[in-house]
Amino acid sequence: MSTRGQILPDGRILRYNFVERATHWVSAFSYIYLLLTGLAFWSPWLYWLAILCGGPQISRILHPWAGLIFTVSIIYMYLLWAAHMHTTDTDKAWWRSLRHYVRNEDEQMPPAGRFNAGQKLLFWGFIVCGILLLLTGVILWFPEYIPWSLGFLRKLAILIHASAALLTIGLFMIHIYMSVFAERGAFSSAIRGDVSQEFARRYHPAWYQEMVGPAPPPRK
Amino acid sequence: MSQATLRVQKISGHAGSVPGEGTQRESTVCKLIDTTTCIGCKACEVACMEWNDLPFGQTVFDNTYQTMPDTRWNYWNLIKFNEHEREDGTLMWLMRKDQCMHCADPGCLAACPADGAIVQYTNGIVDFQQQNCIGCQYCVTGCPFNIPKFNQETKRVYKCTLCADRVSENLEPACIKACPTGCLHFGTKEDMSGLAETRARQLRDHSGFANADVYDPPGVGGTGVIYVLHDITKPEAYGGLPKNPHIPYSVRLWKGPLKWLGNLAMIGGLVGLFVHYLRYGPKSREEELERKHEGEQP
Repeated sequence: MSTRGQILPDGRILRYNFVERATHWVSAFSYIYLLLTGLAFWSPWLYWLAILCGGPQISRILHPWAGLIFTVSIIYMYLLWAAHMHTTDTDKAWWRSLRHYVRNEDEQMPPAGRFNAGQKLLFWGFIVCGILLLLTGVILWFPEYIPWSLGFLRKLAILIHASAALLTIGLFMIHIYMSVFAERGAFSSAIRGDVSQEFARRYHPAWYQEMVGPAPPPRK
Repeated sequence: MSQATLRVQKISGHAGSVPGEGTQRESTVCKLIDTTTCIGCKACEVACMEWNDLPFGQTVFDNTYQTMPDTRWNYWNLIKFNEHEREDGTLMWLMRKDQCMHCADPGCLAACPADGAIVQYTNGIVDFQQQNCIGCQYCVTGCPFNIPKFNQETKRVYKCTLCADRVSENLEPACIKACPTGCLHFGTKEDMSGLAETRARQLRDHSGFANADVYDPPGVGGTGVIYVLHDITKPEAYGGLPKNPHIPYSVRLWKGPLKWLGNLAMIGGLVGLFVHYLRYGPKSREEELERKHEGEQP
């Protein structure tokens, strides 16, 4: 499997190149707008969020456009990363060791490659939910063109759109938690693109090995 | 449009209490449409256009007397003409004035996410407040009667107001005022139900319509517009009047269990992640990683 990345002159490892980072942030900002406006339409208690997003009418107009931007960005992400996201035996073992991961016992985890099994779930979760959200979103964008006899499409669309969105919110919350709070260094890798060697070795040992070549004798 | 003398008992997309709920001694109003005495003159259609100052649109001729296939954002009152074949092979007209049914339990209001875009007054009239409408058309999905219609120019949805402006001034709706045969009546729900039952009994006992009865569907909590039909067992024959209308199950599921489950999961997720951070903290600190890394530099 191909492994993108390179060791920088200062010893840090480039984990995400500029195109990857830019794609990530296009989808991040469009997703956040979609999330805020979507939550505004989801619950009356959160309707005030629409005011932050330009007002209720503007939110309704822009939400689908943000959805298109988001769609384009995740399609591009698919092209960038799908090859790195195949499930491996290590990933299956990773899920079985999930309790260690939750307890921060990372040294007991099977050696993850460039992306661990959780990140792959995030990726595929967003791809699948993104497709569902796009298909149902188009119906909800232009319901006036759905004839009354095909009303079941509208009825299905509201349910599937909300359910898929909820799934992405779950993934999104864990993603934010992991990258901003739990794994220090992950957030800056999304901004500057590089991680320390220790970061790579701790969280993505298999990828680290591929980057630095055969392991030197252990120094512990 | 909001009326000063009308108070609101239900508000769409609204968090918190509703100002008018239980604050007014007000009878529920009702329009009674006796399809058996409608002659299809369309005076009600014209009166509706006139009173509400609706701009004219093109009519659609489809070899019937019907003005157009369905109501429009600027055509709230439409008589549906149906040629019906009786069991003995003879023909009869079924003419039904179609408009908003003003459900006691309105699906449009349940589905609407926009605060105050749809209200129900204490007299039962369901009214769209276009200034608050965001044009999402969820009301179209919530409505079992295909009533709310979207305006492409304003990006908002319109429908019959039951002439809330007239009713608030103690006038009957414009369509009622214009009807020449007396097939339209307006009054309290109680009075109209009584009148309708009497008429239905009359039809059953003296006019040979054994199945004549009142259409006041319980699936939407009863309606503010009720029909006397020649044959209650075939409401579909009257231009697609649904037999057992109800708020779509998907809307109920979406606004009920899914919403609670989703909210619980989102709040639970936030609390769970916070507790996880309190219990286990970060997997490592960047400084610590840096230090280790620095220490390994040759």
